Amino acid sequence: MMIGAEGASSSKKARISENPVSKNRPYFALVVDDDPMIRRIHSMILKSVGFKVEVAENGKEAVDLFRTGAKFHIVFIDMEMPVMDGIEATKAMRAMKVESKIVGVTSRNSETEREVFMQAGLDLCYTKPLTMAKIVPLLEELQKN
Amino acid sequence: MNSNQLQHQVLYMRRSLFDQGYLDSEQLIQLEDLQDDANPNFVEEVVSLFYSDSARLIQNIEQTLSNRPVDFSRLDDILHQFKGSCSSIGAKKVKDACSQFREYCNAGNAEGCSSSFQLIKQEYETLRRRLESYFQMVKQAKAA
Repeated sequence: MMIGAEGASSSKKARISENPVSKNRPYFALVVDDDPMIRRIHSMILKSVGFKVEVAENGKEAVDLFRTGAKFHIVFIDMEMPVMDGIEATKAMRAMKVESKIVGVTSRNSETEREVFMQAGLDLCYTKPLTMAKIVPLLEELQKN
Repeated sequence: MNSNQLQHQVLYMRRSLFDQGYLDSEQLIQLEDLQDDANPNFVEEVVSLFYSDSARLIQNIEQTLSNRPVDFSRLDDILHQFKGSCSSIGAKKVKDACSQFREYCNAGNAEGCSSSFQLIKQEYETLRRRLESYFQMVKQAKAA
């Protein structure tokens, strides 16, 4: 009996063995969020399916990473952050011709706010928190491309 | 208590956290699922980060509520952040209390905000106490 993890062990083993990322070249992800708890959780979810993960605390740090030549297959970016928010950072990344898939992650429910975020150049927008169910289809899409 | 009794106590405490609506089982299980040998204390780390987030947000709410006139827009922003934080660990009751607070915010009802703030603090303290006891019991059971 595994303490504190009833039913988790078998699903964990199944997920990792079916992980499409680990069978091929590594994929790189950037997690952009001012909340250290979210950075920790989202990084762990992505690492668990084989991503190499970097983190940034705000939009400016994310943009600076791309300016220095860093490349990521996918970016998960929060909407509301100090210094530079997700909307401005996404606009800046697209203006720099960043071709990474950019996925907005927000706890905002307002359709208007999400639409503004999408218009900045997102490929997708998810509600926090990220879950395995939201990430797996993204991996499969990266794998196909 | 022997090892079996400790394990049963852990499961009982865990089931109570879910059944009494303190925690969302799906979210906690997802966090536990991510814990591995390389990150053996991941769940506790995340919960500690939740405590830090919550302490900061509670202080911000307190400060904002004490200002006159009350800045309901600012309060709504803070509560929105708090709700997001609660969602990450599945802190259901605290999250529901935050939703109630936000309704009073939207109505510009300062008294309602104050009373629901008391509820938020109460639910948060209860959750924190129960989680601390739970993780303490998990450690004891593992050591046994």
